[in-house]
Amino acid sequence: MAAEHSTEQTPTEYIVHHLTHLKVGEGFWTFHVDTLFMSALLAAATAWFLYAGARRAQAGVPSRFVNFIEMIYEFVDGQVADVYHGNRAFMVALALSLFTWIVAMNAMDLLPLDVPGSIAGLLGAKYWRVLPTADLNGTIAMAIVVLFLIIGAAIRAKGLRGYAHEWVTAPFGANPILWIPNFALNVVELLAKPVSLSMRLFGNMYAGELLFMLIALLGMGAALSLGGSFMFLGQLIAGTMWAIFHILIILLQAYIFMVLPIVYIAMAEEHH
Amino acid sequence: MTINATFIGQILVFLILLWFIARFITPALSQALNERQKKIADGLAAAERGQKDLADAQSRADGVIKEARDRANQIIDQANRRSNEIVDAAKGTAQHESERIVTAARGEAATEAARARDALRREVGSLVAAGAARLLEREVDAKAHADLLDKLASEIGRS
Repeated sequence: MAAEHSTEQTPTEYIVHHLTHLKVGEGFWTFHVDTLFMSALLAAATAWFLYAGARRAQAGVPSRFVNFIEMIYEFVDGQVADVYHGNRAFMVALALSLFTWIVAMNAMDLLPLDVPGSIAGLLGAKYWRVLPTADLNGTIAMAIVVLFLIIGAAIRAKGLRGYAHEWVTAPFGANPILWIPNFALNVVELLAKPVSLSMRLFGNMYAGELLFMLIALLGMGAALSLGGSFMFLGQLIAGTMWAIFHILIILLQAYIFMVLPIVYIAMAEEHH
Repeated sequence: MTINATFIGQILVFLILLWFIARFITPALSQALNERQKKIADGLAAAERGQKDLADAQSRADGVIKEARDRANQIIDQANRRSNEIVDAAKGTAQHESERIVTAARGEAATEAARARDALRREVGSLVAAGAARLLEREVDAKAHADLLDKLASEIGRS
């Protein structure tokens, strides 16, 4: 996979190259073109894929493809129904968007490491990171949307006054001495949710991507040294094993990112 | 892993996807699945109803068949009885008739025999008289010897 780089790159350069985004702009107003493009492309693909199934779904006997889409929907619907009680139409849409989109984005990690970058290189892009969920901007964006949905759900369930009251009186009590500790704890509690959500997904995918790169370095070693054929074999075995195991991580992380926001929203609507 | 304006774009992408799925995907799937659920429930209910109807019809048919069988048996019994009666009656009539015919035939035969015997007797009488006349070379007065002749004739007729 990495053989074509071996003559011109050290392992460090190789990894740094693979961890560099294609950027536009300066300072804060920098845009990661690869992340934006890949996530938008995968969002469109996911939407089209689901729409192709939803458009043909009717009460009659479903085709295999429609059945598959319905299976995904019913899985998500069942998960949401377990944690969220009440009208869950929007919650199912939220969970389905998160799950399918994150699965699609995470699955990019299974593409051969150098192929997307090489294709982008042919089109004139110097860098190309294919995995939007290994970019903290990608995961934190979803977490921020979830954060606002949590706040919105809490206000809708309790009213602005009730929610504000809860900020200063829960969890310790309504005593004015406790207002500040209550408020501080609530800030931590609220912010911990998006941070943990985004960091968990980002960390898992970043680490997975990095491990693929390290495994690819074995192949680079194969081209450099005499006993390198063993390293090539090592790359083959380790890469296969990690890719198979990574399928689990892809689905598991998407599942976690699907269920936790629903749990948070359900919790936010509960009265303390 | 720096946070920059990319996340704003990511939020927009996510919101668009969320809107699209909430608008076009989940309502359609939810509706289709609810409709199918209803259809299947209706189908099962109809099947159950059909089964019940079938069982009812079966039991009703069994009743009708049983009734028909009873009725047929009754009719057969009646017919048998009636045919026996007819046969018996016919047998009686035939017996009677045959007896009558036999009696009539017997009577007739007896009359005929008696008449033949009388004719024979007269014949024999006249033959005897003729024979005697031949023997005696003279007329035999049939009247005068009638008694003798009759006696003779009856003896012949008896033998």
